[in-house]
Amino acid sequence: MKTKICLSNVGKTFRMHLRGGIELPVVDNVSFAVSAGECVILGGPSGSGKSSVLKMIYGNYRCQTGQILITDGSEIINVADAAPRRIIRLRDSTIGYVSQFLRAIPRVPALKLVADPLIAQGTSEEEALEQARELLTRLNVPERLWQLPPATFSGGEQQRVNIARGFIAHYPILLLDEPTASLDAKNRQVVVELVEEKKRKGVAMLGILHDHEARDQIADRIIDVTQFKAAA
Amino acid sequence: MQTSEMTPHTADASDDLPLLRVSNATKYYGDRIGCKDVNFELYPGEVLAIVGESGSGKTTLLNCLSTRLAPTSGVIEYRNRVGAMRNLYEMNEAERRMLMRTDWGFVHQHASDGLRMSVSAGANVGERLMAIGARHYGDIRATAIDWLDRVEIAEDRIDDDPRAFSGGMRQRLQIARNLVTNPRLVFMDEPTGGLDVSVQARLLDLIRGLVSDLGLSVIIVTHDLAVARLLSDRTLVMRRGHVIETGLTDQVLDDPQEAYTQLLVSSILQP
Repeated sequence: MKTKICLSNVGKTFRMHLRGGIELPVVDNVSFAVSAGECVILGGPSGSGKSSVLKMIYGNYRCQTGQILITDGSEIINVADAAPRRIIRLRDSTIGYVSQFLRAIPRVPALKLVADPLIAQGTSEEEALEQARELLTRLNVPERLWQLPPATFSGGEQQRVNIARGFIAHYPILLLDEPTASLDAKNRQVVVELVEEKKRKGVAMLGILHDHEARDQIADRIIDVTQFKAAA
Repeated sequence: MQTSEMTPHTADASDDLPLLRVSNATKYYGDRIGCKDVNFELYPGEVLAIVGESGSGKTTLLNCLSTRLAPTSGVIEYRNRVGAMRNLYEMNEAERRMLMRTDWGFVHQHASDGLRMSVSAGANVGERLMAIGARHYGDIRATAIDWLDRVEIAEDRIDDDPRAFSGGMRQRLQIARNLVTNPRLVFMDEPTGGLDVSVQARLLDLIRGLVSDLGLSVIIVTHDLAVARLLSDRTLVMRRGHVIETGLTDQVLDDPQEAYTQLLVSSILQP
């Protein structure tokens, strides 16, 4: 199996300048790898640093130590020291992030918001919109909402729009940040199926998933993050 | 295992060369620092936000970059359309004027600084075209109508002068005037400052769409971190004339490293 994500000795500490410069160690010596076609779930209680690990891989948080290696085509990129525009390129072509919360953009309709990542990867607008319609249908987002900007949607509807947006494009790596939180059983099952489809296409997935039922269905491995707890 | 989802990056080679290179840009007002030792590169298609509070040197820097204010020291280079890197302050006046008229745009906070308030909306847009040699009245008018439409100004307002426009409309007209010559680099100085929130949202959305459709490179000065987040790829944080932190915009805003950046981020009111 081809390795897609490889972390070695990654450490993260927040330094809070506004609170007298106190240091909040989050994780230390995080080392693991994820292969193509594999879904790995990060386990551990709230506050153990699961989200921080995902955000460091996406380049959203910085890390103080270690390497975060991402396979990007024939290249291997270390996110921990890559130039910002290299990280942007990774995000366009290689790493997708399905977050819990949708950052609604004023005036952009849900359908377009979902289709955008695929258009950015070079698919025609017509084809991308068609796939967006399919995904929104599968995720039970009512058709009357498609042409509206999601700012006024319910939490669950926004989340499903965001899931569609996260799954539509062809990323070889997907980071899943609680994609099933607050979904009903029917929609949770749709997400499980989407993950299975991505697995079959060889996508490497790393996620946080508190919902045990969904986790048991999709996780190939669970990595307990508490083993990386930083000494306070 | 080889995945079917792998798509190799096929960038145009010129994407890997900076459009603008700033080396040690410094501006003193007497012995007071305007901006000091600023270094960065801007690549084609990148949107860079310069944030910081009033007096931090953002606008001084923007003016130095756009040849509106000569720096005291330092070098600012721009890659022209034939690919040569040129020191802006070694160009002659005519070359620089040509840049400002065609290759660049400058969107001012106050539309009245960027528009001619006593001529019609259509003439405001057409004037930039004429400056680069357009002469055919019908073509100019048609292009102006097209651009007014792209910035959501109704065609029947083309003969009104901007004094009759609302603040948001004036700002949209200013954007049309700047983009009509198909510039490669646009400078924006607080383009949404002083507008109502709903007007701001519409303008931001419009700018966002145009920037991505046209593949523009943009340097935008703003004190509003939400504007930086919505529009920019990268952010420079300035304080007292110095760049104190730089990085991906979401990284700077979600995981700020410097004390001042942490203060800025924590000062945002959550609606």
